[in-house]
Amino acid sequence: MSELTSLTITEARDRLRAGEVTSAELTEACLAEIGAAAPLGAFVHETPELARAQAGAADERLKAGDAPDLCGVPLGIKDLFCTKGVPSQAASAILEGFRPEYESTVTTRLFGAGAVMLGKLNMDEFAMGSSNETSTYGPAVNPWRRGDDATPLTPGGSSGGSASAVAADLCLGATGTDTGGSIRQPAAFTGITGLKPTYGRVSRLGIIAFASSLDQAGPMGKSVRDCAILLKAMAGHDAKDSTSADLPVPDFEAMLTGDIRGKTIGIPREYRMDGMPDEIEALWAEGRAMLEDAGAKIVDISLPHTKYALPTYYVIAPAEASSNLARYDGVRYGHRAKLSQGDGITEMYEKTRAEGFGAEVKRRVMVGTYVLSAGFYDAYYNRARKVRALIKRDFETVFADGVDAILTPATPSAAFALGQEFDDPVQMYLNDVFTVTVNLAGLPGIAVPTGLDRQGLPLGLQLIGRPWEEGDLLNTAHALEAAAGFVAKPSKWW
Amino acid sequence: MSIDIETARKVAKLARIAVPEEDLPALAGEFNAILGFIEQLGEVDVEGVEPMVSVTPMHLKRRTDVVTEGGQAGKVLSNAPDAREGFFAVPKVVE
Repeated sequence: MSELTSLTITEARDRLRAGEVTSAELTEACLAEIGAAAPLGAFVHETPELARAQAGAADERLKAGDAPDLCGVPLGIKDLFCTKGVPSQAASAILEGFRPEYESTVTTRLFGAGAVMLGKLNMDEFAMGSSNETSTYGPAVNPWRRGDDATPLTPGGSSGGSASAVAADLCLGATGTDTGGSIRQPAAFTGITGLKPTYGRVSRLGIIAFASSLDQAGPMGKSVRDCAILLKAMAGHDAKDSTSADLPVPDFEAMLTGDIRGKTIGIPREYRMDGMPDEIEALWAEGRAMLEDAGAKIVDISLPHTKYALPTYYVIAPAEASSNLARYDGVRYGHRAKLSQGDGITEMYEKTRAEGFGAEVKRRVMVGTYVLSAGFYDAYYNRARKVRALIKRDFETVFADGVDAILTPATPSAAFALGQEFDDPVQMYLNDVFTVTVNLAGLPGIAVPTGLDRQGLPLGLQLIGRPWEEGDLLNTAHALEAAAGFVAKPSKWW
Repeated sequence: MSIDIETARKVAKLARIAVPEEDLPALAGEFNAILGFIEQLGEVDVEGVEPMVSVTPMHLKRRTDVVTEGGQAGKVLSNAPDAREGFFAVPKVVE
């Protein structure tokens, strides 16, 4: 991989400002890497003309001395974000040909800060999946392999294309979205850093909706500092998203002192799962020791409703999805089925949705329809909302007891082979066992790469923070990152 | 709760997704696997717990009831599979 594309955003920013490199050069280097990385399946819509125009404008700003942190930095954007005039189809056949007339708030903010968009990134269809295999484009592939074994591995999901692209140095950073773990699990599977902010920190306007009470966009990058820089640009109140918080956005990067002396880190006993691989157990113990050595106080804590998080999620997320995805009816945008003689509007809906949605999306829409249907609403949906309140209360209790952050594994395993878990939806859902609680409670969570398994695959730990305290969370992650010293990169085979 | 083929057919209909008759048994099986997983929620004591409405306590802001970005019919219709004379076009709804 070229030296330029392997830069962190932090390094690129400093070199751009010093005039040692231009955005045009960085952008061309990334476009060349993307062109040579088709086997990764990470980029699904490339936008070289837009990228070159944005790079040219960024270079002008840099010359004029008006350069925000991201000015001239080439990024990849998950296909879930609406980007004006550029295909934005949530990796679904039902949105084939859809070109939004407007720009998402996140991409508007990034472009305002001078960022360059290289193209759109692969993902699971409508962000429903943990392996990127539900994508209409076909799966993204992990740049990491098990030593010399050429078995293609998943980059995780749903933000699999984002993770693969950042890990393979096709771009300097990427946007992701996280409904149950879709930033943190792929980050952990590819040895990069990914942050899910507090619910409401980042505007959802223009992000194709999956489960509106859980969805949150966040950064995926090569370091904690890069994520801090990206989050600062992405976050902030948006009058067009009534759930976006009207709170000031701190300078997250300035909060990265690396000093965590006196902080209290909780280790939740319920996250020690039966059958957890010893490598994950060892990784977790090492992380605990690293934070302790850095001066934090480690305490054992209990989050008693943890085991009910996944079943709660698999009621609430499908329920919200069934409602959100009702809009794909073949009338206003996207695919419309060819109709037979005598077909009316109901046949149009039913055929359009049967043709346009993939199997996992159909399954979740129908499960959601079922749990919301008359007679089952109380037994399933209302009960799940009550258990969700209890899960949130578990976190509130430990935070009230003085815990500043919680350390857990990010995933129950390293990246698995494509195809391995695809036929068993419930087995696939277990990927999110450590991450999904964070979405249900609306908290910020970050995955940091801290080690390799015996086969040479990256493993990550997750830190969970207090609501709205991403700065403090990033600082703890920064200390963990410094102690772990993870520098491994995948060997280039693509 | 066990889902039979009749329930699977009804759910597919409610969701407006055409499912071929021969696929209904497999679909019912998948529903049963997922609902079996969800069934554990029955163990939790939720007595006196209010169902969560909003994950972060917030008051939704009010805004003035005015047109902000109107007058864009062309853009609204630009992605429609079928649009005529400034309207979305659909098959006949009322006989």
